[in-house]
Amino acid sequence: MTDLSLLASSGEIASRTPLTVLSLYLILLLGLGVISSRMFRGTSQDYFVASQSIGPFMLLMSVFGTTMTGFALVGSSGKAFSHGIGTYGLMASWSGLIHSAVFFVIGIKLWSFGKKHGYVTQIQFFRDRFDSHKLGYLLFPILVLLVIPYLLVGLISVMKVVQPITAGMFPDLFSLPDKMLPNGKSIPHPLSGGVPGWLSGLIVSCIVLFYVFFGGVRSAVWANTFQTLVFMVTGVIAFYMIADQLGGVAKAAEIVRENAPGKLVREGSIGYSHFFSYLLIPLSVGMFPHLFQHWLTAKNAKSFRLTVIAHPVCIAVVWLPCILIGIWAAGLYAAGDLRIPPLPDGSGPNANAALATMVGTLVENPLLSGLLMAGILAAIMSSLDSQFVCLGTMFTNDVLVAAAGKSRFDDQTLIFCSRAFIVFIVGVSYAMALFLQGSSVFSLGVWCFSGFAALFPLVFAAVYWKRASLGGAVGCILATVITWFYFFYQDIFLDAGSGSGEYLVAEVMPVTFIFLASASGMILGSLLSRAPSEETIRKFFPKRNQS
Amino acid sequence: MVVALFLLLFLAHQDFWLWDDPSLVLGFIPVGLAYHALFSVACSVLWAFACFRAWPEHLELWANEKADATQIDQERPNA
Repeated sequence: MTDLSLLASSGEIASRTPLTVLSLYLILLLGLGVISSRMFRGTSQDYFVASQSIGPFMLLMSVFGTTMTGFALVGSSGKAFSHGIGTYGLMASWSGLIHSAVFFVIGIKLWSFGKKHGYVTQIQFFRDRFDSHKLGYLLFPILVLLVIPYLLVGLISVMKVVQPITAGMFPDLFSLPDKMLPNGKSIPHPLSGGVPGWLSGLIVSCIVLFYVFFGGVRSAVWANTFQTLVFMVTGVIAFYMIADQLGGVAKAAEIVRENAPGKLVREGSIGYSHFFSYLLIPLSVGMFPHLFQHWLTAKNAKSFRLTVIAHPVCIAVVWLPCILIGIWAAGLYAAGDLRIPPLPDGSGPNANAALATMVGTLVENPLLSGLLMAGILAAIMSSLDSQFVCLGTMFTNDVLVAAAGKSRFDDQTLIFCSRAFIVFIVGVSYAMALFLQGSSVFSLGVWCFSGFAALFPLVFAAVYWKRASLGGAVGCILATVITWFYFFYQDIFLDAGSGSGEYLVAEVMPVTFIFLASASGMILGSLLSRAPSEETIRKFFPKRNQS
Repeated sequence: MVVALFLLLFLAHQDFWLWDDPSLVLGFIPVGLAYHALFSVACSVLWAFACFRAWPEHLELWANEKADATQIDQERPNA
């Protein structure tokens, strides 16, 4: 087993092969961006929704790749490291049931509205459905503010993954001071000589920006397909390599049983109602603006079938190895055989680094180590690209065009404005990620998903409830904003969840109360305000013989 | 039928009987994790069944009708 700290202290330079492999992968990705851009038709429709030409396989890969971010790899293994196997049931199995349900019940409907009425963004749909132009200006900043934590999850994950795996490669360039132990002895910093977070985050942001700029959502779909295949295959390879180094899967499980038996069960770390309340989190996919955009790229409704069916199994393929690696890391850490880099405040091991440390420490083949690093970054970048494109699309269509009219802009100007807004948001997110590097990727992701999940009643009512009106939409949005900020403030600023590992209210996730407030706002607001016009009803609720 | 199966899976997710069971399946997967991995497979089976028995064919037909289609690049009114 390679000890990173020993490498750093001995003055030996760790093999840079992993970084070379990663660089080759990134160059390949840039090449893919250039190739996909040749299919770019130069129109805003192609830039924003790939001219609705995406078939079943690419739709599955792009939707799945978009929903699996650093949260799924870095966050899941980190959460399993700290909370054990229950992490899978909290997110992965609930998502298998709920995500596909949302694709089936909401996604296909929204695709049909997009196809019929020519929508590019979800705000365009909500404006029409609730017959209010101003509603878009209320919704736009909220959606952007909720996407930013999602971007942060990706960027922080990049920063957390690259540094441990590259530790010891650049001892002169990126050296870190030794760490002082409580007994007075000093040990070499386990991350010394690794590529620092500010640099890895910057490089990944620039590469994603590059290929997104080339071909818009079409490039994102191509890159997602490629990257999703890469991270699924490399995940399985990582699992095999790590298990092999530990003496086989049975031996790895034995290490956990002997040193961290609590990670094999949910008793003591996750309660019944806590576990159940996680069911609301996956509803967020119904309101992700970047997923809405991916739905609109589908060639036809039947393209959704493969996504609906295969999504739960794809989730299992990615999450199962990560959860096992997370609990194995906990077992090794408890046995004193694995050194996980500490949190910035030194209060304990940084769970976010569990996966990268396992790969960096146990995968001794530098070529494979590089491939695995590329696989992890592939998962992260396959979400970042969709979010980048989506933010630009929303800004141009929901703010610029909506305010000034389409005739004021030609396609080139629209695409330029979209790119400028993307650069601005990425810059803001990058700066925030530098300050929040110690935050839990899992918690940050859950807060982001909670906000989108709480807005689910908005889209559900818009699609299925004829009486849902503008009053209800505004009530739903305001109730979400107020309650989300209240609980977020309690958790992040007042540290209300400290001690129990996760912030719970009456033993359930805060999203439960945010969702209830949001649904109440929708119902009461709709019933107390004027019903939608007959024209709106006809437009969105066609009679069966009409359809 | 699809709704009934969905509700069944919904309830089956709460496997309280495995909460504190540390036994291993196949010698390496904790039983609570193996159960939920199988749950994911069951979800795929459910949605395959839904796609072939309850597919909303009418939505695609309606979406493809050109009658009141608004083209994507058409100017939007500033209502």
